[in-house]
Amino acid sequence: MQIDGREVKARDDMTVLQAARTAGIHIPTLCHHEKLEPFGACRMCMVEVEARGRKNYVVSCLYPVAQDLVVRTRSERVDKIRRVILEELLAHAPNSPELVALAREYRADRDRFEKDASFCILCGLCVRYCAEVKQKNAVDFIERGARREISFIPEIAAKECWDCQECFALCPTSYAQAAYFLTEALAFPGRRKAGVANA
Amino acid sequence: MTRLESAAELEHFRAGIVAARDPAKPCIAVCAGAACHGLDSARVAQAFRTEVGKLGRDAGLEVRVTGCHGYCEKGPNVVVGPDDVCYFEVKPEDAPEIVASTLKKAVVERLVYAHPDTGERAVHMGEVPFYKHQTRLLIGDNVRIDPMRIDDYLALGGYAALAKALFQMTPDQVLDEVKKANLRGRGGGGFPAGQKWETAKNAPGKDKYVIVNAHEGEPGAFMDRALFTGNPHKVLEGLIIGAYAIGSHRGFIYTRHDSPQLIRHIEQALAQAEEYGLLGENILGSGFDFRVEVHFDVGIFVSGESSALMRSIEGLPPEPRPKYIRTSVAGIWNRPSNLNNVETWANVPQIISRGAEWYAGIGTAGSKGTKLVSLSGNVVNSGVVEVPMGTPLRKIVYDIGGGIPGGKAAKAVHFGGPMGGSIPANLIDAPLDFDELAKLGAPIGAGGLLVMDEDTDMVDVARYFLEFLTNESCGKCVPCREGMRQTLKVLTNITKGKGRDGDIARLEDLNDVTGAACLCALGRTASDPLKSMLRYFKDEYETQIARGSEGKGGKAAGSAAT
Ligand SMILES: Cc1cc2nc3c(=O)[nH]c(=O)nc-3n(C[C@H](O)[C@H](O)[C@H](O)COP(=O)(O)O)c2cc1C
Ligand code: SF4
Ligand code: FES
Repeated sequence: MQIDGREVKARDDMTVLQAARTAGIHIPTLCHHEKLEPFGACRMCMVEVEARGRKNYVVSCLYPVAQDLVVRTRSERVDKIRRVILEELLAHAPNSPELVALAREYRADRDRFEKDASFCILCGLCVRYCAEVKQKNAVDFIERGARREISFIPEIAAKECWDCQECFALCPTSYAQAAYFLTEALAFPGRRKAGVANA
Repeated sequence: MTRLESAAELEHFRAGIVAARDPAKPCIAVCAGAACHGLDSARVAQAFRTEVGKLGRDAGLEVRVTGCHGYCEKGPNVVVGPDDVCYFEVKPEDAPEIVASTLKKAVVERLVYAHPDTGERAVHMGEVPFYKHQTRLLIGDNVRIDPMRIDDYLALGGYAALAKALFQMTPDQVLDEVKKANLRGRGGGGFPAGQKWETAKNAPGKDKYVIVNAHEGEPGAFMDRALFTGNPHKVLEGLIIGAYAIGSHRGFIYTRHDSPQLIRHIEQALAQAEEYGLLGENILGSGFDFRVEVHFDVGIFVSGESSALMRSIEGLPPEPRPKYIRTSVAGIWNRPSNLNNVETWANVPQIISRGAEWYAGIGTAGSKGTKLVSLSGNVVNSGVVEVPMGTPLRKIVYDIGGGIPGGKAAKAVHFGGPMGGSIPANLIDAPLDFDELAKLGAPIGAGGLLVMDEDTDMVDVARYFLEFLTNESCGKCVPCREGMRQTLKVLTNITKGKGRDGDIARLEDLNDVTGAACLCALGRTASDPLKSMLRYFKDEYETQIARGSEGKGGKAAGSAAT
């Protein structure tokens, strides 16, 4: 197959994103993580593919490679999609370093849309890491549509999170941490202070 | 009742039903469809039963409670056979007079249709303007069927198409017939059914599923329920024929959890079909086995989307999956799963019994057969309409719909609800055709047609649809969740007179990216209404943005749509 004009070889079971990364071609992602099942939610990894004369826009983290596929990781339209997505997310997390860096690259204006500083961009990394790698399901999505949020489940969090907290480092905005501490304050307040005192 | 073991037994049994019925005997059909039911048609039906009951055993007249007749605007509807005298807005008190007149072969003049302008009366179904311009191949039988009685369906030739398919045709021939008929999906996309069947049929794997999509979540759409509730066997027969063609032995009906009448009729239909040997093991002695299960939706719009629906049947939350592999190849439990809409399945029996050639003779080059339309909004006659594909929208809105109430002018017609589009009234001569309307930006969708009069505020119409979808999106992907959230904010600001410079560009960018980048079709098509607005009504948007904080008077079509 071809990516950005280069001939690239890939295994049958790879996605376009994997093939590109193997060949050292960069595609931006927000919800992707090597240890997790592809999620396809942030849509930052969209690329243009052409197969049998038809042009399509697909998410590279899910799209399977195919013989003779022609992929373009940058184009006016791809860049526009990424720019608007970034502008939408910056309304929630205007200072996330990851988003700010990408915004510079794609000329996204962080003040384009009305702010709603909820910080979480719902990439689902914490939720999926907890479910797929740790298999604890201590944090999950609640509600749907524009009301969707992540939420720690106090009963599970009280048992499992204290010694783990691995998801914090995955979060692009530090919101996972904030949500966890709120849960702590609600479900098992005092433990941190007691823990410090005992140390 | 014993099981029917062959096609001959079915025909023999049918002949028995028909012989026991006197075609000249008057039958009072009382509509129990959703709209009439809401108008307390149950009391009307009870009044008729009481009245006929008084006449004793040989009343010479019977009462039948049926599904939706179509003319919802004028319910409770009563149609008296055999010549189909139509009575409208019937009250329980009217029952004695109707019964007495019917016995005398007379008509109750005050309850028949009178033209609102000329006062001219129309007595029979074939003369009432609402009905006379329709071609009611699918919904027409509703008047003659008590949906709880399979015998009524058999009396009209029901399950003859199934017998023909099983005994006179190979599965390939059935598939060929549907392909030749060029039946296209009625659930939204207009995808060729035969092609989808073929994909499922040829997909590897022994276990294959066929599914009826009876979710009908689109606001303003009520035709699937009218058809399925009123004539459940027609849909079931189509499904069984499809299963035979595809090689499936297990089917699912995915339907609304909140329509008790529909559920009752479906369950009764399945039980009766099974009892008669038309469903289950060794159908009609043909050796073909097929079972059907009913599943209920979870009351959210996106669960009507094919991949979400299949996850829901698996018992998972109805979150759409990306479809780089089609569900007809890997659907429920990753097995080939062929999903079609209620109305699509209902078309199958007539294609088999009357042939592809006959079917393809109705409609346009690319859109065949008839289409059910839920007509609502600022129109005199709302209801379920069935017309041949290719019918000009003008005919639907004016000849059938009776035009715009209050002598107002039409401003736009909107097809397809929150995932459709609006076209201005000057394009009202456009034909009801999948491709033509899609080109104009008002894809037929499932067939909800909303008429909007001159007072309609087009910004508010887009806002209303987006508000609906924002609450229905699953929220997984950014351009759907965030794109709609921001679009809704901009639109709401505009309607509040707080429009800003750059709003049009903001709307265009948001809409473009939502339409291109979303994971499932809910998100991708959520941009369609606004796209059509910006195509045809941009001036109005610009004026409202410019107008700043002045108050303004238009009303939302959403509030006009019932
Ligand atoms: C958000 C969403 C909701 C849908 N809801 C329905 C529905 O309620 N009923 C339906 O038949 N199709 C619905 N569809 C279309 C289905 O995904 C699918 O295309 C259709 O059921 C296939 O049947 P057909 O080919 O016979 O039209 C919906 C699609 C989307 C994206
Ligand atoms: S487009 Fe909307 S409804 Fe579809 S998967 Fe994405 S968020 Fe969910
Ligand atoms: S990385 Fe592909 S959608 Fe997020």
